[in-house]
Amino acid sequence: MIEIEGITKRYDATTVVDDVSMVIEPRTVCVIVGTSGSGKTTLLRMINRLVEPTAGVIKLDGNDNRSLPGYELRRSIGYAIQGHGLFPHRTVAQNIATVPVLLGWDKDRIKSRVEELMTLYQLDPEAYGPRYPHELSGGQQQRVGVARALAAEPNVLLMDEPFGALDPIIRTKAQEDLLAIQKRFGTTIILVTHDMEEAVHMGDKIAVMDSGKLVQYAKPEEILARPASAFVETLVGASEKPFRLLSLGRVRDAVEKGTAEGEAIPGDASQRDALAELLWSGRPALPVKDEDGKPLGRVTVDGLVKRAARPA
Amino acid sequence: MTPRFDKLGVVIAAIVAYAAFFASFATFRANRIVPGEARSILEALPAAVGPLLLAIVVVAAMIALLKTPLVLRLVASVVALAALAILIGVAGTFLTPAGNTFARISPASGFWLLIFAFTLLLADVLTRLNLSPLARVGVLVVAALAIGLLLVSGQWDSLSILKEYANRADSFWAEGSKHITLALGSLAAAVIVGLPLGILCHRVERLRAGVLNVLNIVQTIPSIALFGLLIAPLGWVATHVPGAAALGIRGIGTAPAFVALFLYSLLPVVANTVVGLAGVPRAANDAARGMGMTDRQRLFGVEFPLAFPVILTGIRIVLVQNIGLATIAALIGGGGFGVFVFQGVGQTAMDLVLLGAVPTVALAFAAAIILDAVIEMTATKRRVETA
Repeated sequence: MIEIEGITKRYDATTVVDDVSMVIEPRTVCVIVGTSGSGKTTLLRMINRLVEPTAGVIKLDGNDNRSLPGYELRRSIGYAIQGHGLFPHRTVAQNIATVPVLLGWDKDRIKSRVEELMTLYQLDPEAYGPRYPHELSGGQQQRVGVARALAAEPNVLLMDEPFGALDPIIRTKAQEDLLAIQKRFGTTIILVTHDMEEAVHMGDKIAVMDSGKLVQYAKPEEILARPASAFVETLVGASEKPFRLLSLGRVRDAVEKGTAEGEAIPGDASQRDALAELLWSGRPALPVKDEDGKPLGRVTVDGLVKRAARPA
Repeated sequence: MTPRFDKLGVVIAAIVAYAAFFASFATFRANRIVPGEARSILEALPAAVGPLLLAIVVVAAMIALLKTPLVLRLVASVVALAALAILIGVAGTFLTPAGNTFARISPASGFWLLIFAFTLLLADVLTRLNLSPLARVGVLVVAALAIGLLLVSGQWDSLSILKEYANRADSFWAEGSKHITLALGSLAAAVIVGLPLGILCHRVERLRAGVLNVLNIVQTIPSIALFGLLIAPLGWVATHVPGAAALGIRGIGTAPAFVALFLYSLLPVVANTVVGLAGVPRAANDAARGMGMTDRQRLFGVEFPLAFPVILTGIRIVLVQNIGLATIAALIGGGGFGVFVFQGVGQTAMDLVLLGAVPTVALAFAAAIILDAVIEMTATKRRVETA
């Protein structure tokens, strides 16, 4: 659990982060959204004390984050940034091993951890371990950056626009991978982005920042349904709201009894994808099946349209 | 089929044509300071040898002129250079009247132009062969061994520059080691002081402009003026600081030369350290901090290795510059190869000037090749493709 209490950061006369308080539950994904200059990155960097706050306290599992020297604190927290920041003079394996080496793990443990992570990220340790970062594609570099951040099995992972430099197709894949790994390790992730789409997709909770202030901190459905201010409303995008709401739900939760003709849609697809497919193919209903191909029922245009309406 | 010409080959052939047929190959002088008389290739060499050398250079020039395979060009340049190097010694013996120890034979403009033309051809071939750094150092070693062998064999003993050497063999090596000590010692001192200063300038932004400006100004002071400026303070140190004089610190001599070379060396070292550190990717630095490296770990683990090739480039500049500049040290009694240069100028004996200048140029050249190779190796190490 991360408790942020009355955190403020001032540079001379400018207040960058203004009295922010919030609690991040363990094993959840918290996305901080805001325009550039909203103070979201500064807030993130105060958690691992890359930036020291002017006032306020941040507690990690009840302990003040100032009870350790800054560098020791940072070794216990994962950190991944936009443009990955890999060390160009170190191989992929050496890059991933950075924090374990700093922590003084023994060689065998480091080696097996590096191999485990590389395999997890679909990078063959034999082939990619000895390569240098510039020999990798952008998507591979990003994966190595996240693997490096997770190397020492941190409970908390801080990410600053980690998908910012990726093209849309690779970005979607990277987001899915991250969610899968978050579920597997139960890591608490705090992710900064300016992209509301990404926030709604990734976040268990979303924190919206504007000019250093936390303007709303709530579940995605809540943010979409009841934006706290005109600023949040703009950020959500009025015409996008129903579709973003649908994108939060899975098809299996919208299944109705009955059958339908044509190609089936998997139960794990988002309701938004299902509606898009229905509209595009001009059908009133789609059959739904689970991973094993077992029919679950069907989704209908009417059913989905009701779900896209503003929640009460 | 019309022959196709090599662009550089046209230049080389033109130089060779002029040097072989119109310029003089060797200069004959009755003694070491009178003006010389020119001798062409045919006049300077025995009857059969002169035409042979002419044939070799003409054929080699033809190979350079036309578009020919690299290996052939390599052979042509090496054969021509070897023939020139050996036959200039033959010319020395041939032109010296029997029993005459005053006469001086020295290579003349034609010889130097031929050497230049074929070195150009060799350099071009080596560049096109795209040699690895180690192979380049290997070529340097082979060339040095070949020259050393010619020197030891006595093939060149009849040439004027070696006659000057024979008269000064002891002081030549003494001044040579003094020259190298001055150049390398001041470089070492500049690295020891300059690296931390550069790191400090990188970390403390306010310091940067000030330090670099001061060093820039030092760099613009002419060397002779700097020696002059140092005489007073070093003289004061010698008389007032106990033990300083015993260490050899005096207003003139080695101490001011060392200090001056050290001051000139600082700017390239500090500036390249600052530029190198500034070139470290921001994201890599941020990640290093964010993952819990201490400032020291970040400096030695990330910043320094990434800045190293740039810092090494600064050290290369300093080394080559110092080997050249150390010549001036002789002006204030600092020793080095400059001693022969200034004696030679004083006596209008060009051969003596060359005795100081040629080893200096050779040293600077060798230092440049070796350090370039080292720089390339450190810069490419991290770019090696995994096979």
